[in-house]
Amino acid sequence: MITVGIDCGAKNTKTVVLKDGEIIAKTSIPTGFDQKKAINESLEKVLQSAGITAGQVDKIGGTGTGLKSIDMADVEVNEIKAMAKAGNYFFQSARTVADVGAEEGRVVKLDEKANVVDFAINERCAAGAGAFIEAMARALEVDLEEMGALALKSNKQIPMNAQCVIFAESEVVGLIHANTNKEDISKAIHDAMASRIVSMIRRVGVNKDVVMLGGVGRNPGFVEAMRRELNLDKIYIPEEPEFGAAVGAALVAAEKV
Amino acid sequence: MPEGKKQEFWRWDESNWKDPDIDWKDAKYITVGIDVGSVSSQAVIMTDGQIYAYANMRTGFDSPNSARNVLNFALKATDMPEERMDYCVGTGYGRVNVPFADRSITEIACHARGANFIYGPEVRTVLDVGGQDIKAMQCDEKGKVTNFLMNDKCAAGTGRGMEVFADLLGIPITEVGERSFQIDEEPPAVSNTCVVYAKSEATGLLRKGWSTEQVLAAYCRAMAERIYSLVERMGVIPEFAITGGMAKNRGVIDRLMAKIGLDPMKTKWDTQIAGAVGAALFGYALCLKGKGRKK
Repeated sequence: MITVGIDCGAKNTKTVVLKDGEIIAKTSIPTGFDQKKAINESLEKVLQSAGITAGQVDKIGGTGTGLKSIDMADVEVNEIKAMAKAGNYFFQSARTVADVGAEEGRVVKLDEKANVVDFAINERCAAGAGAFIEAMARALEVDLEEMGALALKSNKQIPMNAQCVIFAESEVVGLIHANTNKEDISKAIHDAMASRIVSMIRRVGVNKDVVMLGGVGRNPGFVEAMRRELNLDKIYIPEEPEFGAAVGAALVAAEKV
Repeated sequence: MPEGKKQEFWRWDESNWKDPDIDWKDAKYITVGIDVGSVSSQAVIMTDGQIYAYANMRTGFDSPNSARNVLNFALKATDMPEERMDYCVGTGYGRVNVPFADRSITEIACHARGANFIYGPEVRTVLDVGGQDIKAMQCDEKGKVTNFLMNDKCAAGTGRGMEVFADLLGIPITEVGERSFQIDEEPPAVSNTCVVYAKSEATGLLRKGWSTEQVLAAYCRAMAERIYSLVERMGVIPEFAITGGMAKNRGVIDRLMAKIGLDPMKTKWDTQIAGAVGAALFGYALCLKGKGRKK
C-alpha cells in the first residue's frame, strides 16, 4: 500500500511517500505565493524520487495552512490529528507532541493509540512560532541556521521584556547597542520563545515523553531551551522534524484505504 | 538621501517649539514634564501651568540619554537656563530612567491630566495610542483617572505597528492617513491581527493586484477595529479625545470614530505631548502645595 502526505505550510510545502508504513521518499520546497504550484511541484518531485507513478498511489492525505489548495487530496487531515499520528509513529512512548512551525505552534496530548486527548494552538501571534526567531536573526544579522549554535555558547540569563516580535526587535537592537554578546542575546531569544511554547504545553499538561515536530525542532538552541524550561532529561525529535505533519497525513490516508 | 541607505518611510519629523508671548522670567514656578516612550520622547516646559516650550523626538536605545536629549532640544527653543527649572516629573515607559527628574508618575495619570489641559475639562474618555501601547482611560473634570484599560503586549493597533507597515508599503508615515482614502470602495480589514502575519497578508494582497492605497485602507481598518475592541470594553463617555501619535493618522481615527459614532475633540496642540504636559502639571501642583524641590 502506498500513500502520500502533503503538508502545505506557511513557509514550506512538505511531501512524503509512505509504503507499507515505511517512508520511502520526501521533499520540501518553499511554498511561495502560489500554493497550488508548490503543491504540484512537490508531489511531482516526491513521486519521481520514490520512483513511482501517480497511478500507484492508493490515497493522498493533505494537511497544513494551505490545505484548501491541495486539490488532489483524498483525505483532509486536521493538523492536530496529523501531529498525534506522526508523534506516535516516530516515538511510541510519545504522550505530548509539540509542533512548532514557521507561523504556528501547536501542542497535543495523546494516548498510547495516538488518540488526541487535548490540544492547544497558537496561530494568531508570531511570538510563539518560528517567525519569532527568524525576525530576531535578522535583527542580530546572523544566519537563521547559526542562531541555535550561538545560543548554546552562552550560559547567561538575560530576560526579554517584550513578547511581541515587533517590540522584541527593538529590544534586541537595544541590547546590541548596549554591547551585549550575540551569544547571550541569542540565548535570551531562544529562552523567551521556549517559555511561550512551554506555557502552551503546561496548559495541556506535561506528559512524558515529549516529542517535538516542525522545522524549529532542527534548532539545537531552541530544543535545549525547551528541555531546560521543562526540566526534562530529553526531548524526542525525529531526524527531520519538519516532515512530521506530512507523515501524519500519509498515515491517516493509509487508514482510509 | 545618501547612496546605499534605505529610505526610512516610518521616520517622522522631530520638532521643538516655544510660545513667543511668554517670558520665562515672569514665571513663579517653571516645571518640566519628560515623557520617555518606547518610540518617541517629549519634553514640555511650563511657566505657572502654561505651555511655554516643548520638544518631540524619537527615543534612542538608552532612556537616560533620550530624556537628556529631548530636554536639551526643548531648552534650545528658549533662552532659559536649565537651572531655572523648579521641578521635573518623568513619565512614560522609561520614566524611571530620567536621571534629572524629581519624581516619576505613571503615564496613565499623566495622559488623562494632559488631555484635560490640551482638550479641556469636558473630556471624559481619553484614548492614547502610542508607539508601544494602547490605553483607554475615563477621567473626571479634573483629569483624574477613574477607570482604564491597556494593551501593551502586542504591536497590533500601535504606532510601531503602523511604522512597520509604512515601511513595508514604502509610504511616508505622515501620508498613510490621506492615501488610505484614495480608494473607490472600502475593502475588508486585513484578517490577521499579528503585525508579522498582517505583513505577509499585505504582500499577498499586493501580488493579487490590490493597489497600495487599498492595502493601506484594509490595514487602517484592521487597526481601527483592534483599537475599538479595547475602547468598547471600557465604554465611552463623551467627550472623547485622542492623544499620542496615532491621533494624527486620519486613516485609523476616522474609521475608529465612525465605529464609535462620535466626533473626537479638537486641539491646537501636538497630540504627542499630552503625557509630558500632564507630568509638568503634576509638578506645578506640587510646587503650589509647597511640596516642590527644597532650595
